[in-house]
Amino acid sequence: MSQLNRIKGGLVNQKKSISFTFNGQILTGFEGDTLASALLANNKKLVGRSFKYHRPRGIVTAGSEEPNAIMEIGNGAYKEPNTKATITQLYNGLEANSQNHRGPLGFDLMAITDFLSPLLGAGFYYKTFMWPKAFWEKFYEPAIRNAAGLGTLSTEADPDTYDKGFRYCDILIIGAGATGLSAAITAASSGAKVILADEDFLMGGRLNTESMKIDGGSGSKWAKNTVAALSAMENVTLMSDTTIFGVYDHGIYGAIENRSSEAREDKDKPRQVNWRIYAKRSILCAGAIERSIAFGNNDRPGIMLASAVRSYANRFAVATGDKVSVYTNNDDGWATARDLVLKNIRVVAVIDSRSISPVLRVPGAEIFMGTDVVDTKGRRALKSIKLSNGKTIDTDCLAVSGGWNPNLHLTCHHRGIPKWNGEIASFIPDKANPPGMTVAGRAKGTMVLSDAIIEGHNEGASVASDLGYKVKKSDPSETPSVSYSVTANWGVPSGKNRAWVDLQNDVTAKDIKLANQEGFKSVEHVKRYTTLGMATDQGKTANVLGIGIMADNMGQTMEETGTTIFRPPYSPVAIGAFAGRRRGMEFYPTRYTPSHKWSVEQNAIFVEVGMWYRSQWFPLPGETHWRESVDREVKQTRASVGICDVTTLGKIDIKGSDVSEFLNKVYVNAFAKVPVGKTRYGLMLREDGMVMDDGTTARLSENHFVMTTTTANAVNVYRHLQFCHQCLWPDLDVHMISVTEQFAQYAVAGPNSRKLLQKVIDSDCDISNEAFPYMAAGEITLCGGIPARLFRISFSGELAYEIAVQTRYGDSLMRVLMEAGEEFNVVPYGTEALGVMRIEKGHAAGPELNGQTSAYDLGMGGMVSGKKDFIGYKLGLREDLLRDDRMQMVGFKPVNAQDLLQAGSHLLNLRDKPSTETDQGWISSCIYSPILGHYIGIGFIKSGHSRKGEFVRAVDLVRGNDIEVEVCSPHFVDPEGERLRV
Amino acid sequence: MIINHPLLGPRDSEEFVYLGAADLINRPNNWEQDASAEDFYQYQYIRENIAGDHRELWYHEQGDQSWLVVTRNTLSHEIINVELAQDVSRGIGRGK
Repeated sequence: MSQLNRIKGGLVNQKKSISFTFNGQILTGFEGDTLASALLANNKKLVGRSFKYHRPRGIVTAGSEEPNAIMEIGNGAYKEPNTKATITQLYNGLEANSQNHRGPLGFDLMAITDFLSPLLGAGFYYKTFMWPKAFWEKFYEPAIRNAAGLGTLSTEADPDTYDKGFRYCDILIIGAGATGLSAAITAASSGAKVILADEDFLMGGRLNTESMKIDGGSGSKWAKNTVAALSAMENVTLMSDTTIFGVYDHGIYGAIENRSSEAREDKDKPRQVNWRIYAKRSILCAGAIERSIAFGNNDRPGIMLASAVRSYANRFAVATGDKVSVYTNNDDGWATARDLVLKNIRVVAVIDSRSISPVLRVPGAEIFMGTDVVDTKGRRALKSIKLSNGKTIDTDCLAVSGGWNPNLHLTCHHRGIPKWNGEIASFIPDKANPPGMTVAGRAKGTMVLSDAIIEGHNEGASVASDLGYKVKKSDPSETPSVSYSVTANWGVPSGKNRAWVDLQNDVTAKDIKLANQEGFKSVEHVKRYTTLGMATDQGKTANVLGIGIMADNMGQTMEETGTTIFRPPYSPVAIGAFAGRRRGMEFYPTRYTPSHKWSVEQNAIFVEVGMWYRSQWFPLPGETHWRESVDREVKQTRASVGICDVTTLGKIDIKGSDVSEFLNKVYVNAFAKVPVGKTRYGLMLREDGMVMDDGTTARLSENHFVMTTTTANAVNVYRHLQFCHQCLWPDLDVHMISVTEQFAQYAVAGPNSRKLLQKVIDSDCDISNEAFPYMAAGEITLCGGIPARLFRISFSGELAYEIAVQTRYGDSLMRVLMEAGEEFNVVPYGTEALGVMRIEKGHAAGPELNGQTSAYDLGMGGMVSGKKDFIGYKLGLREDLLRDDRMQMVGFKPVNAQDLLQAGSHLLNLRDKPSTETDQGWISSCIYSPILGHYIGIGFIKSGHSRKGEFVRAVDLVRGNDIEVEVCSPHFVDPEGERLRV
Repeated sequence: MIINHPLLGPRDSEEFVYLGAADLINRPNNWEQDASAEDFYQYQYIRENIAGDHRELWYHEQGDQSWLVVTRNTLSHEIINVELAQDVSRGIGRGK
């Protein structure tokens, strides 16, 4: 029969059935159920196997603190392991599978580890698997990893969508239970902007699970009405199903909103939203979490926290047993017995470890005061319990309450250390909460509901008035005062039976004792040695109990023992939620140059450089290898004319009366006297004397300059220039702005480049060699008045120009140039051909500017001025940077012209064996030169500048290459630079 | 973190780039003297490892491109003061 354990009432909609599967079995639940409540309704007591010993385990809690009922939800790529059944809202078609067992859940082949448990105690890793040493990596570790562990990953990419969002408020209230709702009402009545967040999909906290009355009606009704009143207020944002997982600096809170139900309807909608909430103040009203008591075999399915048993009966209309017993050390445990009786669920016994008079009358139940539970029976489901008085009681559900721990997780995120409070026998937040955060209600240790409501009410008002809002006077809601009295009970002697403390990580009272005996005295050390509190639940139900046991072992007080603290996240957050939409192509922006569309039309192959898509080469029909295209582009450019999109180079517009002085301070070479209409190559160092970047800077008018940087360093150079100006020389009259994206720029290179340009540049602009010589720069017009800038500079070593127009003309200019160039057999060339030509010319680029090379190393020592201060001047003069035996940049060519030379090869003297000691340097850039007909390279070799003509070996052990090469000048083509000046 | 920009008000630290100690403003001026090698070495490499209020340079790259001197407590992350670096630079006598 379906839903065997369902009773009447509750906050579930018993008219609306929901179908789901558990380990392949089709089951039904109701709208408003969690997966856990639906499983319990269907009498599924055994829901998983434990982490280490593969012990049969059942549902323990009804909230996010659940240690046992963690499952794999969904299948295929959608499968999500380690999902807590207790907070998973039930939906139609939900597919849940228990995890951590081999074979069926009821007969786990790995359960043998339970019988091996004497070998697997605390620190077993370090003791048991010591010998033989070689076995660790090959045998022990893989075997342990295979046996242990939680759920399995799909190993496919996460198909869900995640989003990020930002919200701002005056007051963030965390937790929408009685305290949080009371705080929200008074805070919001002042007009302050309030966000109220709760991890449950139904706001109200424990009001939904308890039977007490507020303002004369039921607690859940009061919660519902209060939520309705808040949602009608414009200054209130309600965020249910939202976990505040972290408290960050300056009032920033991380929040995960679960929107699974929406995402299931529409795949493009996010499954989760990672909110960043900026709050001036926050009030933590996160309530409290119940803890267990350590007694023998206290982990059997059917042994649950008393509050959870109550939650399932009251909120979810599920009887967790036919013969329920209660074991408690505090008054609140009795409320479970009371509520179950009201629901006609049979309570067979109430066992209270305190020697006091019974707290309540529980009809039909045997009452045992000053008595403990010492053992239990029933492997896959609880059958009976044994008491300290020797009596055995038949029971199928034991509700345990060891007292309540304030849920102070978030108060620790800025290293606040909780302090012990003997009255409630638990830790409460100390004063060092994160700045701006106050705590109210049970999270603060105020355990009595009527007091918590008043505290929330007052805190909401006082925080709002701190922020300058006027709070309307009102009275807090009323509820009968019910006392809470507790006497700590960390466990009872359980002989050979294991008493579990941390259910998720399988840590027992004995493990803690062993750790203490072996000398681990600090709570932090015991945590790490036993793994207590280190599972995905961060020991929410286990930590305080474990510390209590430790204090008992060591004969010291709780204050002396202290506590570990919590750090974000409060509960696990999917990595996808941190990535949000930044996945795949959206990981970072894609930058296209203005000629991109044209390049696509030419079937260009693209390469990403500094987020830009640059054309790498332009294959023609019939070309089957990239080298064919690149060789053709180089030959055609050197023979006639080629065009390359160089828009991606950084461009910085600099104006002011002190620009030349400024440039003099940031470049190694002299810039003080650059004439108007000229451009100059400049080399920039870091302060430590290493080369940072190079480029050209043109003077367009007296006070107007344009600098170019390499594509990769555009951002860094601009940042550096701003630093130099604002921090070092703030009174220089210099104004800069990056114009990289405002101008499209094309290199037009080759002997026919001038002729081509003359066809498009307006005739009143004279660009003849006399009027516009090498290194000239100026503003011109083209195509009948379109303003442009022309620079006679060359990276290829040919007669060449770079022409810049406003970005919106970029596409047209590319097309106009190609059309005008038809008669010269113009060719577009990409970054590969650009690289070939720059290596043929011996220009240093990225692989050479690796942050370890000085101007001298690059053969540009002659440029370095000795007559001025500039960034990198003084430290560039350090002895070791001037030594002759540094790695210096030179050229290399194979002795045998057929040999393949590869970048990354290391250089060795002819008879040396490859080793770190004999290493002479490396090839940094290498290409096949279609002009020379063989491979050439540039690279670094010890004392390179004085070794030209020497023969060495280029050895690449990875790719199995070992060839003889000649050290030569890096200037392979036109070393005199004659072609530039024609 | 939130940095209270002196011109633009509170901005998320994601908009900024961090450089290092504000000592970097204090670049030696005595480059012509031989002894300045030591000063430049100190300037470039030697830093206090402060547990407490630390003056440091942040650049508002995704904003107005101001360099700021932010005084931040390295223990609590509390930001005590935010100034424009150019004002600080001028304040210690730097100009041209």
